[in-house]
Amino acid sequence: MFRYSPLFQLMMARLREFYREPAAVFWVYCFPLLMAMALGIAFRDRPIERITVDIREDAGSSEAITKLKATLAADERLEVKGVTGDEWRKRLRSGKTSLAIVATDKGIELWDEPNRPESVLARHAVEAVVYKQVSKEPAVDEHHLDETGSRYIDFLLPGLLGMNLMGGGLWGVGYVLADMRVRKLLKRFLATPMKRRDFLLSIMFSRMLFTVPEVCALLLFGYVMFDVKNAGSVFSLLTLIILGAASFSGLGLLVASRAKTIETVSGLMNLVMLPMYIVSGVFFSSERFPEAVQPIIQALPLTAMNDALRGVMLEGKTLMEVRGEIFVLAGWGFVPFIIALKIFRWR
Amino acid sequence: MPPAILCENLVKTFPGRPPVEAVKGLNLTVNIGECFGLLGPNGAGKTTTLEILEGLQDPTSGRVEILGMNWAGQAHIIRQRIGISLQETRLADKLTVREVVTMFRSFYPNGIEADEAIARVSLEEKARSYVVKLSGGQKQRLAVACAIVGDPDLLFLDEPTTGLDPQSRRQLWDIIKSFRDAGKTVMLTTHYMDEAERLCDRVAVVDKGQVIALGTPNELIARLGGQNIIEFSLDGDPALDADRFSKLPSVISARVQTGQFGLTVGEPHLALPALMNELQRAGQSLATLNTRHATLEDVFVNLTGRQLRDAD
Repeated sequence: MFRYSPLFQLMMARLREFYREPAAVFWVYCFPLLMAMALGIAFRDRPIERITVDIREDAGSSEAITKLKATLAADERLEVKGVTGDEWRKRLRSGKTSLAIVATDKGIELWDEPNRPESVLARHAVEAVVYKQVSKEPAVDEHHLDETGSRYIDFLLPGLLGMNLMGGGLWGVGYVLADMRVRKLLKRFLATPMKRRDFLLSIMFSRMLFTVPEVCALLLFGYVMFDVKNAGSVFSLLTLIILGAASFSGLGLLVASRAKTIETVSGLMNLVMLPMYIVSGVFFSSERFPEAVQPIIQALPLTAMNDALRGVMLEGKTLMEVRGEIFVLAGWGFVPFIIALKIFRWR
Repeated sequence: MPPAILCENLVKTFPGRPPVEAVKGLNLTVNIGECFGLLGPNGAGKTTTLEILEGLQDPTSGRVEILGMNWAGQAHIIRQRIGISLQETRLADKLTVREVVTMFRSFYPNGIEADEAIARVSLEEKARSYVVKLSGGQKQRLAVACAIVGDPDLLFLDEPTTGLDPQSRRQLWDIIKSFRDAGKTVMLTTHYMDEAERLCDRVAVVDKGQVIALGTPNELIARLGGQNIIEFSLDGDPALDADRFSKLPSVISARVQTGQFGLTVGEPHLALPALMNELQRAGQSLATLNTRHATLEDVFVNLTGRQLRDAD
């Protein structure tokens, strides 16, 4: 039934050409995983480092010292070590300890080394503990925000997803079209009764088909390796991914609509993609850029893509709640597609 | 019945400084069922003409009718009834022969089975091979298979055998002949004289964007007035004027190019003794002497004063 359907045949040709090229499969599917792995490991959360604090045991009242030692030891940030004599001075000088506590008749002395950040940190920590002993008002109840979803890898993965959708859409459509034009294949197709719509649709559809395993691999990888979960609904996430793939392939179509050589199209791709890699919040939040340029950044398709993905994956937002981003994405897909159809160079 | 191709006052000018006039008022009529050749040197405007006829370029001016239809209104129908092979098309490397032909078949509402097209170009054994593994001749035959899979009435082939070995060229000639023998029309370009002479019912010699001679290969050769060519060169390469040989018996025309003299003659047995006498009188001795039948190459040289191969 599909045997002589042009849309089916064109899509099959794209799929076959793709999976018969092992290098392409590697770069499309494995590279993003390697990248996610490298970044995930580099920015993984470190266990809390404990600060060593020395306390001199052979001066002052031993009862008071024992009490202070117990209080400090109760704080999980501190590692308390009892020393005698002037040993603390040597240890502080050589960096083996960050802070020394020496009891005197007047109270206690805190010895730090102001040039070392961890020493200052230790001093503040000890002061806080001691202060809390003295003053019970106001009552302080400590909490730690340490749930899945707030780690760097949770922030990064949707960004990588967005970046992949952009790269895949632009390269997958733009490069392929420019290559076909260079090979005169477009011209050869033009000389047949093939419908242009069938051809362009086959390129976009096959792009979306390639996206499915790509995205699933990245999501699965994030879940297995780093326990990154999707807080929103699977439907919302899937809708966004399909919309993103369609949007960026529209942009890819526009980029490749006139280019006569691979070099031209590569240059144009980089021109389009590089700024978005930087400003659209792949590796760090786009909010870090000055307020003045925010309207521009927020109007970019990759910013919209990343914000929408993070909204759904991290905050569990619904599609309605990210409709602004969806609108921007749809616009970036539709308008370039229409322009591309008008100005497309077939030969 | 309208002719397969009708083309009147075809002009194509490419913008630029200065503008390039690729085709300058070209007229052609190709009848149904004939194999027609556009013959000319590189840059003569053959490919531009062909691509205008194929609907791949728009003419600057002039009228084109394909199978009685015009490109402006009936492009989609024309495309269903023509098959083309471009001068160079790199089909997908990692698709098999059958996959490529099947894909092209899917573009046409009617046509022959993909395997039938593959059989017609004798590529059955390569049907499962990737395109990248094919030889130059096999790739060209694949291009022809893609051109005929839509069962066209009119086949356009742009330099189908350029760069191929003699055996591959003969194979392609057989394929083209059998297509024509089925009553279909073929229009091809070539800069090989032997190809045009063996394959084409009629040829148009094209130079600088215009048809400078039109007819069957034999007619064009006969138009030289003599069917034979005497070529010779002289010892010491003296600066002799070619005109002194044109008055000899049975000599129709004479020319000299880089020391090589060429005489178009009707009767070599009359011209040769006279030539020997003339050389003796001039005190010259022969370095080389060669007589042969006239070819389309000589037609071109006679018309333009240039060799076909190095005319650019």
